[in-house]
Order: sequence, then C-alpha cells, then structure tokens
Amino acid sequence: MYTLSKNLKLIPIILMVVGAIGLAIGFVSAPSTIEEVKEHLAASHHDDHGASHAPAATHDSHAHGGDTHADHKKDAHGHGAAEAGHDAHGGDKHYEHVLHQLQNKPWAALYVAAFFFFMIALGVLAFYAIQFAAQAGWSPLLLRVMEGITAYLLPGGIILFVILALSGFHMNHLFVWMDPEVVAHDELIQGKSGWLNVPFFLIRAAIYIGVWSLYRHFAVKYSRNQDESPEGNVWYKKSFKLSAVFLVFFIYSESMMSWDWIMSFDPHWFSTLFGWYVFASLFVSGITVIALVTIYLKSKGYLEQVNNSHIHDLAKFMFGISVFWTYLWFSQFMLIWYSNIPEEVTYFITRINDYKLPFFGMLIMNFLFPVLVMINTDYKRINWIVVMAGIVILLGHYVDVYNMVMPATVGQSWFIGISEISAVLLFLGIFIFVVFNALTKAPLVPKGNPLLGESKHFHY
Amino acid sequence: MASKVVHAYYLDDEVLMDAVKALKIKHYHIEEVFTPFPVHGLDKLMGLPHTRLAICSFLYGLVGLTVAITMMNYIMIEDWPQDIGGKPSFSYIENLPSFVPIMFELTVFFAAHLMVITFYMRSKLWPFKKAENPDERTTDDHFLVEVDASHTDVDELTAFLKDTGAVEINLKDKE
Repeated sequence: MYTLSKNLKLIPIILMVVGAIGLAIGFVSAPSTIEEVKEHLAASHHDDHGASHAPAATHDSHAHGGDTHADHKKDAHGHGAAEAGHDAHGGDKHYEHVLHQLQNKPWAALYVAAFFFFMIALGVLAFYAIQFAAQAGWSPLLLRVMEGITAYLLPGGIILFVILALSGFHMNHLFVWMDPEVVAHDELIQGKSGWLNVPFFLIRAAIYIGVWSLYRHFAVKYSRNQDESPEGNVWYKKSFKLSAVFLVFFIYSESMMSWDWIMSFDPHWFSTLFGWYVFASLFVSGITVIALVTIYLKSKGYLEQVNNSHIHDLAKFMFGISVFWTYLWFSQFMLIWYSNIPEEVTYFITRINDYKLPFFGMLIMNFLFPVLVMINTDYKRINWIVVMAGIVILLGHYVDVYNMVMPATVGQSWFIGISEISAVLLFLGIFIFVVFNALTKAPLVPKGNPLLGESKHFHY
Repeated sequence: MASKVVHAYYLDDEVLMDAVKALKIKHYHIEEVFTPFPVHGLDKLMGLPHTRLAICSFLYGLVGLTVAITMMNYIMIEDWPQDIGGKPSFSYIENLPSFVPIMFELTVFFAAHLMVITFYMRSKLWPFKKAENPDERTTDDHFLVEVDASHTDVDELTAFLKDTGAVEINLKDKE
C-alpha cells in the first residue's frame, strides 16, 4: 500500500492556497469600468505605443500584422468586433472592447487550467480503456497508477461543469454565443443556436462527464473485485467489454466535447478534425502524466517491479503521440492556410498576429524538443530525460490549450501573469491532492489481473 | 582466420542459446551462428555490438531534409518566384507550409532507402551473390554453431559440444 509522505500532504495544500489567493487577486484587479481600462492601457503601453490606442491606429497595426493575409485583415477585424458585440471601433467602443477582454482574463485563465488538468485525467482514462480493450501485456503494473490519476476525472469534471454553468448564467463573457445581445445581431450564431444554446450545452456537458465518470467508477470497481476473486477472470472480462463500449462512446463524446468546450469560443469558425486534434493533445498529456507519476512512485520505492522497459514503452507513446499531435496540428493549419478561405483563416490570423510566440513556441515544445530528445532508444530509458521531456510536453500542451481558448476570450490583451500562473498552481494542487490520495486507496499492484505475470517480466 | 572449424548442429533455439552461453563461459571462439529465423537475445549472448544502422538512418534523414529545402528554395524562391494562385514566394519561410509535405517525404525517402542500401553493403548482400550458407538445413530447421578449432583441442571441444545437446558435429577445413 502507498502512503502519503508528509511533503505530499503539505505541498498540494500550499499550492491550492497560493493559487486561490493569486486568482482572487486576478479577479479583484480586473478593471470594471472604461476609465480603469484607460488608466491601465496608459500605464502599460505608454512607452511603446503612446496614444496609439486610438481606434484608427489600432486598425492600422492590425493591417500590418502579416503581409500574407493582408487582404483578409479587415474581415478578421470585423469578426473580432462582432464577437464582442460591437459594430464599429469609434470613440469608447474600443475601450469597452478591451474592458471585456480584461474582465474575461481571470475567467479564461481559470478555464484553461481547469480544462488542462481535466483533460489529463480524461486522456489517462482513454489510455486505461485501451489497455483493457487491447489486452496489453506490458501495462497491468501501471493500471493502478492510471486509476489513481483518473480519480481526478469526477472532481475536475464537476469544477469544469460549474465554470461552464457560471458562463451559462452570464457570470462571465467567455462564450460569446451565450450573450443574447450578440446572438440577436449575429445570423451565423442564430443559425447554430439549435446546438449552441445554454440548456442543451449544459445537458451535454453533464452527459459527457457523467458517462466518463461512470465508466471510471465501474472500471475501478471491477479491477478491485478482480483482485478479490480472480477465478475465471469474471471481472476482468466485464472490464474488457465495458472498456470496448466506453471507447466507442468516448470517441464520439470527446469530439462533441471539443466542439462545445473549445471550438465554441470561436462560434464563427469550424474545423472537422478539431476533435482529433484535442484528443491527441489530451492523450499525450495523459500518457506523460502516467510516466511522471510512475517514475515518482518508483523513485520512492513503491513500484519495484516496474522496470525501465515500462518507462521505455511510456516514453515511446509520449514520442509517438507527440508526432501524431503535430501531424494533426499541421494538417489543420496547412489546409486552412493553403486554401485561405476568409471565414476559416481568421482563426489562424488572430493567432499568428497576436500570439506569435505561444503559437509557434508550442511547436518547439510539443514537437521539436520531444522528437530530438526521445528519438534515442537509450534516452527513453533514462528517468531524468523522460521527466524533463515530460515537463516540456505538459507545458507545451498547456500553451496549446491557452492558444485555443485565449484569442477568442481575451484577444490582444493576453499575457501570462498572476491569474494564469495562480490558476495552474491551484489546479495542480487539487490534482496532486486528489491523485495521490486515490493512490493510497488500493494496493499499487493489481494482483488479480490475468496479464500481471507478463507485465512483471516485461522487457524490451 | 581459423583454418579449422567445428560445425555443431542443434534442433532447438533454446538448446542453441544454452550451448552458446556455455561456449562463451568456456571462452571458445564462436566464428558464426546460422539460424533459420531470428533467435531473440542471441546477439546479446554472443556479445555482438549494437547496430548503428539507426544512427545512419537519422543522418540520412537530415540529408533528405536538406536536399528538399535547398531544392525547393532554389526552384520556387530564388530561380523563378512566380505568383502561383496567390501563394507568397518572397521567402522560403512564407511559403513553408506548402513545402512541408515534400520535406517530410524526402526525409523519409532518404532515411529509408539509404539505410536499406547501407544494410545491404554492410551485410554484403546483392543479386547473384554466392550463398555463404555452409549447410542448407540451417535455412529450414537446423541451427548451426561454427566454433574455431585451430587453437583448441578438437576432441575436448567435440565432447563439450556433445554435452550441450548437439545432434551432429563435424570438423571442417575453412578456406
């Protein structure tokens, strides 16, 4: 049995407290009136822009953002304006626009962190189900680690649902399509209101989180039952069937979840492979966290039978799925860039113009770095290299989620400041607290698993 | 090198593995092992060095990537930068996404083909090459260990190989 060390009891609590305080500061310091926005802008942009925040100047800087897409710049701008519910950028309209972005900022930071940690648990759950459905012989030693990580699914899902519900009750302006003012003047969103309406949105969210949590609940229960009565593998077979059914449900629901929770931030934009793209992101983050938690537990002497071949396998998955993510990222980007259809390409124009560093930086973190570091067989067996690559991949996928959410919610007013870092710390604390508490609930080796012997002697 | 060799035949890969292990402990010099299929872990037992084919492949991939980039940069950007369907051809980076599929394919092409050719050259394989197989049965169901016998007592070696489970032992001159 795993017991929590003193540090692991204290660290998550410190993280939660620090994160909560920081986030509270973020919410309090968000401007509430246009005058505050003017002061804020005057203070922060005085040196480089001076008075350039007059509407005309802003428009001008937009047009010079990227020569490639200069033709469509006007369209991109009109799109952004419509999202915030404005028709023109005259007078105080611009400041009102910035005000809404700055008010969104702590909310969006909270949302990105909440979704990021939830998607780790979800990715691990999908990986867990695949291990059963594929009857993988190498992984049973790691199943309890995965069960521990997926324990975050329900609490994380509830937090995420509460945030979505708060948006639905107009506590914030994260989702523009939830604003009746905007919808009234926007025929495109009106046409999508059959899918994008708050009650249906929340019902769907409840179904996704509910069914995923149900699978998690029963899979863990069957796994424990299998330990107690391994004869005939009754519970193992049940888990096998349940996993197969779950995976079918998962790939549909995950796709719809990505439309709902991520793509609907830009309700004018759509992409068909978006669900896969989000899936690749959550899958690789999940596998990375499995590797990190496994290495941690092994370093503390709890997973003696896990050898470096198991780590090697996880590292291969991290490597392979990182490339898969890049493939989907590029497929989505290149198809849209190549055809350059105005209604689709605005998505990338806003990101390239306003988010150049995070947008291209994440390619280095999520693709170039893992590929160059983990292509070597020997390196994939060295713990510190896997940990280092894992941390870079996780940060990279945080930036990925950040890039998906922020441009539509805070636009040009982004920066990674107190709100963002605090939100990550807060959820990191909750995540560590939930996961490591769950790990103490059952023995770390599922002794009834029929493939356990194979897993113990696994070597590559 | 060795003018005389002993050929020991085995019928099972497990027996073969044990025999190789025993020969290694006794410090007999194994010239070659012939098997009808890959025997997992045999190379480790024999103490063969790890292959460097993967490193070659990686370098060939880099060559392919370089070829793709220089080729397209010269053709599409430097030599005749036309406006084709509005694609920006002012610099390589601006039109990069449309070059990526070719960059990828040429990287894979060079990495794969040059690695295979390297493999052929290093293993001395080509059409019309004379087969080096000492016995046809080793391609079917027999395993053969060739042990250097010029510097050791042949009788002692034969007796030792008999103990390891060899079904047939022949002393041969090696050309």
